[in-house]
Amino acid sequence: MKAPATPLLSIEDLSLVFRTRHGTVRALENVDLTVERGEIVGVVGESGSGKSVMAYAALGLQDAAAQVLGGRILFEGLDMLAAAPDVLAATRGREIAMIFQSPRTALNPIRKVGHQIADVLLEHTAVRRSDLRQRAIEALARVRIPDPERRYEAYPFELSGGMCQRVMIAMALACSPSLLIADEPTTGLDVTTQAVIMDLVREMSREARMSTLLITHDLGLAGEYCDRIAVMHAGHIVEVAPTVELLQRPAHPYTRQLLASTPTPRSSIDQLVSIPGQLPDLRSDLPACRFSARCERHVSACDERPLPWTVISPQHAVRCRVPL
Amino acid sequence: MHFFWKRLLGTIPSLIGVVLVTFVLSHALPGDPAAFFAGPAANAESIAEVRAKLGLDRSLPVQFFHYADDLRRGQLGNSLTTGQPVLNDLIERLPASLELTFFALLFAVAVAIPLGVWAATRPDSMVDHACRALVSIGAAFPTFFIGLLFVYLFYFLFDIAPQPLGRLNEIMYTAPPRITGAYTVDSILAGEWSVLRASLAQLVLPSVSLGMFALAPIARITRAAMLQALGSDFIRTARASGLPARKILFSYALRNAMLPVTNVLGMVFSFLLGGSVLIEQVYGWQGVGAYAVNAVISSDYAAVQGFVLAMALLYVLLNLVIDLIATAIDPRVRFES
Amino acid sequence: MTFAGFARNAAYAFGENRLTLVSVVILAALVLCAIFGPLIAPYDPLMTDGTARLVPPSAAHPFGTDALGRDILSRVIVAARLDLGMAVIAALLSFAVGLALGAIAGYFGGWPDRIISRVMDTIMAFPLFVLAMGIVAALGNSVLNVIIATVVINLPFYCRFARAEVNVRREQGFVEAARMGGNGAMPVLVNHIVPNILPPMMVQVSLNMGWAILNAAGLSFIGLGVRPPTPEWGIMVSEGASFIISGEWWTFVFPGAALVLAVFCFNLLGDGLRDLLDPKRRV
Repeated sequence: MKAPATPLLSIEDLSLVFRTRHGTVRALENVDLTVERGEIVGVVGESGSGKSVMAYAALGLQDAAAQVLGGRILFEGLDMLAAAPDVLAATRGREIAMIFQSPRTALNPIRKVGHQIADVLLEHTAVRRSDLRQRAIEALARVRIPDPERRYEAYPFELSGGMCQRVMIAMALACSPSLLIADEPTTGLDVTTQAVIMDLVREMSREARMSTLLITHDLGLAGEYCDRIAVMHAGHIVEVAPTVELLQRPAHPYTRQLLASTPTPRSSIDQLVSIPGQLPDLRSDLPACRFSARCERHVSACDERPLPWTVISPQHAVRCRVPL
Repeated sequence: MHFFWKRLLGTIPSLIGVVLVTFVLSHALPGDPAAFFAGPAANAESIAEVRAKLGLDRSLPVQFFHYADDLRRGQLGNSLTTGQPVLNDLIERLPASLELTFFALLFAVAVAIPLGVWAATRPDSMVDHACRALVSIGAAFPTFFIGLLFVYLFYFLFDIAPQPLGRLNEIMYTAPPRITGAYTVDSILAGEWSVLRASLAQLVLPSVSLGMFALAPIARITRAAMLQALGSDFIRTARASGLPARKILFSYALRNAMLPVTNVLGMVFSFLLGGSVLIEQVYGWQGVGAYAVNAVISSDYAAVQGFVLAMALLYVLLNLVIDLIATAIDPRVRFES
Repeated sequence: MTFAGFARNAAYAFGENRLTLVSVVILAALVLCAIFGPLIAPYDPLMTDGTARLVPPSAAHPFGTDALGRDILSRVIVAARLDLGMAVIAALLSFAVGLALGAIAGYFGGWPDRIISRVMDTIMAFPLFVLAMGIVAALGNSVLNVIIATVVINLPFYCRFARAEVNVRREQGFVEAARMGGNGAMPVLVNHIVPNILPPMMVQVSLNMGWAILNAAGLSFIGLGVRPPTPEWGIMVSEGASFIISGEWWTFVFPGAALVLAVFCFNLLGDGLRDLLDPKRRV
């Protein structure tokens, strides 16, 4: 799993828990992931698999109840888990930007969208106040929002969901960040809008040589837009591979089940298979391999700790003792 | 600007309702109003005469029309106790009540909003618990009891407050020339700083005791609304965009949280206008509340009715102002109308 | 909610929030005073004693005596009946009327809804305490009219609450099913909807009770309703107020404290009940 040059973002052996009144939730365990410059990396998993937790941690924005047990997150050499708050604030929005699901609630409902973009520009760039409006309108125009001057004055409730997501992207890209984290950016949008938004994200990434970390539950979506995909299950990354290889030769039983349950243009409904069982309760004592209870290939060796990475090919690794 | 006119028009049903209620109440007066107004020495003939004069022999809709027309012309009748037209009495005393209510609101808002914000930014901290305790206790204390406790503590026991008898110590100071009727404003206009000081000193205890009861709902709603705002998606976006904490707290979270706060202000004004009656009673404040209490006790219905109408009118106006503030804060409201 | 679930919630709400439990105990004591007041009180609350005027709290008179030498403790105890009685009657009456009106407005919609809502809006267009004063002034100064005034100013809260709750439930599956089973409007409303909205309404009653007490006591304080020498907390505070500037604090502090205690406990109980019924809405 070692990358040759220094990656833009590297998450190394990250373990994170939430302390709640109902027990300790082991949300992430020994998570490793890298994002190279200009690369689009997908993180795919069911809801509750910890993919969003990881994304927020990469911004240093973890919940107050979260506690990092070990590991680091390095972004261009900066440890996001140890950096001072003002350093973090200066990095967020400028170097790492994020877009979210349900874009309509992700924007301040009572502030003009143009002003919200201007707020970010004002904070992170040396723009003159007199140029602020023009720069914000340019940011809107760059994501091809029609009539950006008029949209600058709009409130989120006056825009469609897709338009709000464009505004979010404009805001995220306003300071030309080197990493964009997109957390389920198309959830809640209708299907045609989804494709338009994802095309826009890909185009912007390629154009600006920006890296993108796409968090999604939809393997099909990740397969279409990502260079590399990491599959997450119950707080573990279970498999990482270049997209084509992952889709054609999945090595982890969970990845194969995910693929079987993902609709493709050629599959019919009755060919789809749902994944048996459910995510284990992350508050309970967990086996070495958190998929073991759902796995038909489970053997006794699977319960030995630590769970090793098996290298399939230089770019393809799987965290399974009995890979396919 | 056209939403302003819409809001203004929207108050008309409330105003009609208010007039209708007072009209119904005036017909619910015990006994025959004609006999009542004709006086104790009346006979059947003079009662009938009064009845005709008051229009009580007409149909109810006609009576209502005349009633409403009288109100429009400011004809509120004469007070039995003061012998003056009720309208004059009210105009004379209203500024004192408004001054008191204004300072009470000022106190409540100035304490409750920072407290609520502070508590919401540190959930389950000492500040949060203190805020919640103050809210529960504040909501349980009758306004008049707080007023009396303050008098006992700060006037009798610690002797740091002036005598709780009215708006100004008339022995040491003379009231400023009347322009607005509010002593604080008039003394500033007249440049009489010692009078300003003295009248402010008189205002402290009454307005704080009146404001105490308004404190609880404002602090509670501020805390809840801030908690909700701070947990919302757009705050997460603002954090992820690296906006400074102050900006996130004040221009993003607090501005959004002010919407529920303005909505609760209607209830707060209802408390304040009602509570001012009790506080005026406690502190010998020469306002409309004390006037109305005297009128109720001496069955001076014209005066009571004038007071109720004045308060309702004021309340409708305040609600209009609240509506306009809410509209200014929230663009969504503006577009709905 | 199943019974086991309810019991678990109850255990949680009371275990987690001891204050609710304390408030229940204090309220029970106040209710005992209201019922058995004259039997518990050490003295006759109306008995004057010229030799023991304005006696500070002592062993013989734990709360002291008032200007006529009456025992304040006895008066505070006996007054519970009137204060709680007025508030309970007023709250229950406005609960019943408000529930009926709100259910009709919420279920049928249309013109009944418009008329009822308009009437409630009109009541809410007044500062409520001021409206209560006006009602008592017009109807006449009596305890009954104080209760009527309190009912009227509480009505909008119950009515609006019931209307909203009925409105939500009208479209729900079980109501739809009952309607399709051939039930008329009234049976559906009475048998299927109202039982479901009673629990949240009871929380509303408890939360409003404190406010009803404050209103009734406020009216008494300014001399409406109860007449001297009847013991009642509001009027006792008012009578005691004259002795503040001469330092006889016990004359107004004890009846006032009784008021605070009662209101405080009802508020706590209301909060506790709300937590019990709707753990999600815990703020």
